[in-house]
Amino acid sequence: MNETDRKLGPTILKAENISLAFGGVKALTDISFEVKEHEILAIIGPNGAGKSSMLNVINGVYHPNAGSVTYKGNVRQRMKPHEAATQGIARTFQNIALFKGMSVLDNIMTGRTLKMNAGFLAQCLYVGRARNEEIEHRKKVEEIIDFLQIQSIRKTPVGRLPYGLQKRVELGRALAAEPTLLLLDEPMAGMNIEEKEDMSRFILDVNDEFGTTIVLIEHDMGVVMDLSDRIVVLDYGKKIGDGTPSDIRNNKAVIDAYLGVSD
Amino acid sequence: MGFFVEVLLSGLMAGVLYSLVALGFVLIFKASGVFNFAQGAMVLFAALTFVRLLDILKDSFAPITLSLIITIAMMVMLAMAIERLVLRPLVNQPGISLFMATLGIAYFLDGFGQTLWGSDIYTLDIGIPKGSIFILESVFDGGILVAKEDLVATVIAGLLVVTLAIFFQKTRIGRALRAVADDHQAAQSIGIPLNYIWVIVWTVAGLVALVAGVIWGSKLGVQFSLSLIALKALPVLILGGFESVLGAIVGGLIIGAGEKLSEIYIGPYVGGGIEYWFAYMLALGFLMFRPQGLFGEVHIDRV
Ligand SMILES: Nc1ncnc2c1ncn2[C@@H]1O[C@H](COP(=O)(O)OP(=O)(O)OP(=O)(O)O)[C@@H](O)[C@H]1O
Ligand SMILES: [Mg+2]
Repeated sequence: MNETDRKLGPTILKAENISLAFGGVKALTDISFEVKEHEILAIIGPNGAGKSSMLNVINGVYHPNAGSVTYKGNVRQRMKPHEAATQGIARTFQNIALFKGMSVLDNIMTGRTLKMNAGFLAQCLYVGRARNEEIEHRKKVEEIIDFLQIQSIRKTPVGRLPYGLQKRVELGRALAAEPTLLLLDEPMAGMNIEEKEDMSRFILDVNDEFGTTIVLIEHDMGVVMDLSDRIVVLDYGKKIGDGTPSDIRNNKAVIDAYLGVSD
Repeated sequence: MGFFVEVLLSGLMAGVLYSLVALGFVLIFKASGVFNFAQGAMVLFAALTFVRLLDILKDSFAPITLSLIITIAMMVMLAMAIERLVLRPLVNQPGISLFMATLGIAYFLDGFGQTLWGSDIYTLDIGIPKGSIFILESVFDGGILVAKEDLVATVIAGLLVVTLAIFFQKTRIGRALRAVADDHQAAQSIGIPLNYIWVIVWTVAGLVALVAGVIWGSKLGVQFSLSLIALKALPVLILGGFESVLGAIVGGLIIGAGEKLSEIYIGPYVGGGIEYWFAYMLALGFLMFRPQGLFGEVHIDRV
């Protein structure tokens, strides 16, 4: 949207020549792109293009066969997902990955794991201090619940919620970590128009109010064009486009890939 | 009436021990989705280590404490080794691969334990009082006869079970554990180190195995058959549900009490020996009519 008046910061994440293969399947081939601070970057592409794989490389679920990821100026060595989390990278998943046995509140609370000072073991010993901490975290979590307008389902086990709300709770859990970089894998999949509008608004608000950098994957082109500052297009694991929404709209290779006439 | 209570009580006391072993299974199953076939072998290994150290250290100033500390250290190292050498390389593999791996761990531990410590039957005496006493004399005519060692064992096992239940329900580690149990990827993405949780869980399972092994070992002697205790835990799990701590406790008690009561009250009509198959029949019944167990959740896959 308002690309001109947005204040983008310096580069926060740089992927250089990333390649990733599963056996014979080349999920990613020589992918390079950058993400600037406070930017909303969308990754688009047909099914199986390698979008999720790219997110998985960024937060350390997959380790690329070649290439490097530089985050906040440091070239990353083999990194595990929980280490990415300690560096301020939070995410949601394409197939909702909530903790099904827990309530909405508890799910979002788990997002605070890294904000809790008392270490795992210390917590068992200092019951008093841990309790105070717990209350503070509860306050933060309630703020997120208000922000996402899910007060009425706070205590509901997430397994019982409709799909759209589950996606919202998953966003809440990611936000609870107060991330610097937020990765969203198809946050609006399976939603109706109204739900999509709500979700778009939340994403924009997070970006605006907290200055969170966001990389998201989305199939709905309307949403992508509205939300993103920049778009990276993947097809069969290769990058075929990178630019502003209007650049992408006029990109021949992208149009071909989407119309399925590329050969 | 007094006799009925006496039988019930001795059943329940045996049941607490079943609960303890079953709990070891549940913890690991919850955290890693693995049915840990090696739990019984861990009981044997822990008991063997303890009893042999006790012998080696018998002239030291505190043989029991020292042996306990060293055995605990061994169980922690075992947990770390299992995490490093077995679980980590198999991360994201299907459950059946992990199950097969625990089968391997079980055989390794059985063999390794006996190579290291010998395969005789060792008597274990850590000063648990022997003999019987009468209790509740004011309620029942003539009182109720209980074995002191059963009483002590029950108190120890009961305390451990309660401590664990609180630990996993109320502490943050408990929440992290439940998170890992629900979804590995998501748990990692919010900053929970999977490897660390696994080491903790296997350590706790190792400690539970140690307590079960020591209690059982001092009753029956430390011998290979201890590792077969795992077979008794299986019906407990089917009854209680594989994922429920409460289920393991209640399941153990039901099976313990059911065994003894049926032996006494039905046994005479069918020629006795019920104690040996009662648990399995009950489990079979449950598999047919309530496969998720008393406290398990029904999983319906999204299609
Ligand atoms: N863990 C894995 N093991 C084997 N192959 C994988 C794995 N993850 C992804 N792939 C393969 O890599 C390719 C890219 O998959 P990826 O999930 O990244 O695509 P995507 O762009 O997210 O697609 P979709 O729009 O369907 O979500 C596909 O061919 C997929 O089958
Ligand atoms: Mg995908």
